[in-house]
Parts: sequence; structure tokens; C-alpha cells
Amino acid sequence: MKNIDTKTDLQRLKFNWLQFASPKTFYPLAGKIIPWCAAGAAILIAYGLYLGLLVAPTDFQQGEGYRIIFVHVPAAWFSMFLYLLMALYAGLGLVLNARLSYMMATAIAPTGAMFTLVALVTGSLWGKPMWGAWWVWDARLTSELILLFLYIGYFSLKAAIDDKNRADKASAVLAIVGAINVPIIYFSVKWWNTLHQGASVSLTQAPAMAAVMLKGMLVMTIGFWLYSIAVVLMRVRAEILERDSKAAMLRLD
Amino acid sequence: MKARHKRFSLIAAGLILLVIATVLITQSFKSNLVFFFTPTQVEKGQAPKTGSFRIGGLVENGSLKRLPDGLRVQFRVTDTAKTMQVIYKGILPDLFKEGKGVVAEGKLGAAGIFEADQVLAKHDENYMPPEAAAALKAASDAKMKAGTM
Repeated sequence: MKNIDTKTDLQRLKFNWLQFASPKTFYPLAGKIIPWCAAGAAILIAYGLYLGLLVAPTDFQQGEGYRIIFVHVPAAWFSMFLYLLMALYAGLGLVLNARLSYMMATAIAPTGAMFTLVALVTGSLWGKPMWGAWWVWDARLTSELILLFLYIGYFSLKAAIDDKNRADKASAVLAIVGAINVPIIYFSVKWWNTLHQGASVSLTQAPAMAAVMLKGMLVMTIGFWLYSIAVVLMRVRAEILERDSKAAMLRLD
Repeated sequence: MKARHKRFSLIAAGLILLVIATVLITQSFKSNLVFFFTPTQVEKGQAPKTGSFRIGGLVENGSLKRLPDGLRVQFRVTDTAKTMQVIYKGILPDLFKEGKGVVAEGKLGAAGIFEADQVLAKHDENYMPPEAAAALKAASDAKMKAGTM
């Protein structure tokens, strides 16, 4: 008898990661994370803008105009990173049939689309004074525009199908197929000659920018990251409540 | 095999096929996805003969001059192997400079002169304060001097 007891105790002690896949456990956990991320995002974005706009030196070619980089590049990174994350959650949803994964994918889409739009608009504002054109159809710009359409397509498709389960699955397939565009965006400036310049910061090479500029950009990036976590979790909580209230109403009937 | 393993392998197989398809497509469209042609490519006849296209390269040092009519500018675009004469009427972007990158859109006119309708500046991915740029330039000048001696 005693043996059996210790075994169940051990099992109870063993941390079960899957419990977070249940919306019931996830909801309060997300509620605890959100304020920290939101506060961190506000502080880091403010500090990053201070570094970028006031501390960083002017550029030898572009003068003050290059400062848009502190918003443009982190936004562009996040437009791609969030798409991959969204596709990953969509794929997890398909494989594990986990509702929370689909909710995460759905919650990420609007933030990803927003960062894509920010990258496109700031890029356009930067392109006019530096290149001499608001927009050109080179491989980098065109593939980033396609990314925006993929995000819009993802949540339009999801909204167009009434049956939640079918909507989750159909949009997940679209998200996964679209993920192929992300490496195309990233490597476009390497594979083809484009008007857009190559990467200043990459994992394989020393960064091609002054240290304080790089610091400002990385601080902004972490700020955008925390912001993304905060708003995505808020959206997931709202989605959990919505699905729950519908279920509750059905039970009442 | 559990159901979720099956679903995982299906998705993985689908993704692999998708990657192969994308690689094949982008490879076969490689020549159509370029934004500009270099003077060498134009010389080899890889650029369209009729209609407009873009050429890109560096503005050759000492080649920029304003024509007597005061409206048109002329400069040579080089990819360090071949150069090409370009003529353009309009406002040049701020970053347009000799020795810097440029992309010009237009048509190949008579006598092999490229008549541009639009000139765009292509800048590189290096960002640094002006003092650092000056220090780098001084260092490379000194190196060049030492090399020629």
C-alpha cells in the first residue's frame, strides 16, 4: 500500500507541461505575464527611441534620415518572426489538435500584420529621400508586401468560415504554406540584385554599424518582442472568454 | 503510429514538397526577378533589347557632368568591369554621388547611350558616424599610398 502512495506522490510532483495547453490554466497565467511584458515594452521602447533619436550619431551618408532604421528594422524582423511563430502554432494545432495553439496563431496574426504594415510604411518614408522613390518592385519590397497579404488572407479566411473547427484547420494550412515566403524575404537581397541594401546585422557576420546604433536597434527589438507577447496574450484571453461564453450559452439552452 | 504522428508526417512531407517547388520556381525565374542589369550583362545582350529596363552599378568617379543645356546630366555607370554612358533629365536623389551605387531606369538609345527616365540611389548597409567614415577613408588612402610606393 505504501509503495503505491509514494508513486502517486512522485507523479504529482512531476511537473506537467501539458497543463498549460488547457485554456483554464493558461488564462490566469497569461494574466500574470501581461503587465510585466507591457511595462517592459513601454520602458524598452522609450529607451530605444531615446538611444536612436538622441544618443546615436548621425550617419556619414544619410545624415539624420537613417534614424528611421530604429523602427523600420525591428518592425521588419518582427513581421517575419511573428509569421513563423504563427505558422508554428498553426502546425502544432493541426498535429496535436490543441485549441490553444489555434488561438495563439489567431492572436499573433493582427500584430504580425501591424508590424508588416509599419515596416512597409517606414520603408516607403525612408525610400523617398534616400533612393528617390516611395516604392519599387524589387524582390525585397514585393515579398514583404506579399507577407502583408498572407496575414490578411489568414484572418480573412478564418473569419469567412463559420464553423470554428474548420476555420482553424483551413487557415492553419494557409499559414503553413505562406511560411515559405519568410526565407524568400530574408534572403531576397542575397539571391537577387535589389535596390534594397543587404543585411547590416546578421548571425554570421559582424554588424555593419556603429555599436551605439546597434544597441538602440536591439533595445527596440526586445521592446517590440515584449509588446508582442503582451498584446498576443491579451487577445488569447479574450478569445478564451469568447469561446467559453458561447459554450456556456449552449449549456444554458 | 498514433494519429498525431500521422498528421505530423503528412505536414512535414507537404512542407518538404513545398520547399522543393519554391526552390524550382525561384531558380527558373531567377533572370526575371532581378531588379537591374549590370553593364556587363547589357553588353552580353542579357537585358531586353526593346522596351525599358534598369541598369545598376556605381557612378564612375569623375564622370558626372551637366550638359550645356543645363537640364540634362550625363554620367557613366560601372560594375568595375564594363561601363555605360547614361543621360538623364530630372532631379537626382540626395544620395546620388560619384563612387556610390545607382540604379537607372530607361531605354538603350542610339550610340549605346542609356536614356534614363528615373535615377535611384542605391546605398549600402553600412551605418557609422561621419568621423568613423573619415577615419576609415584616411586609413584606406594611406594603405593605397603604401601600396603604390
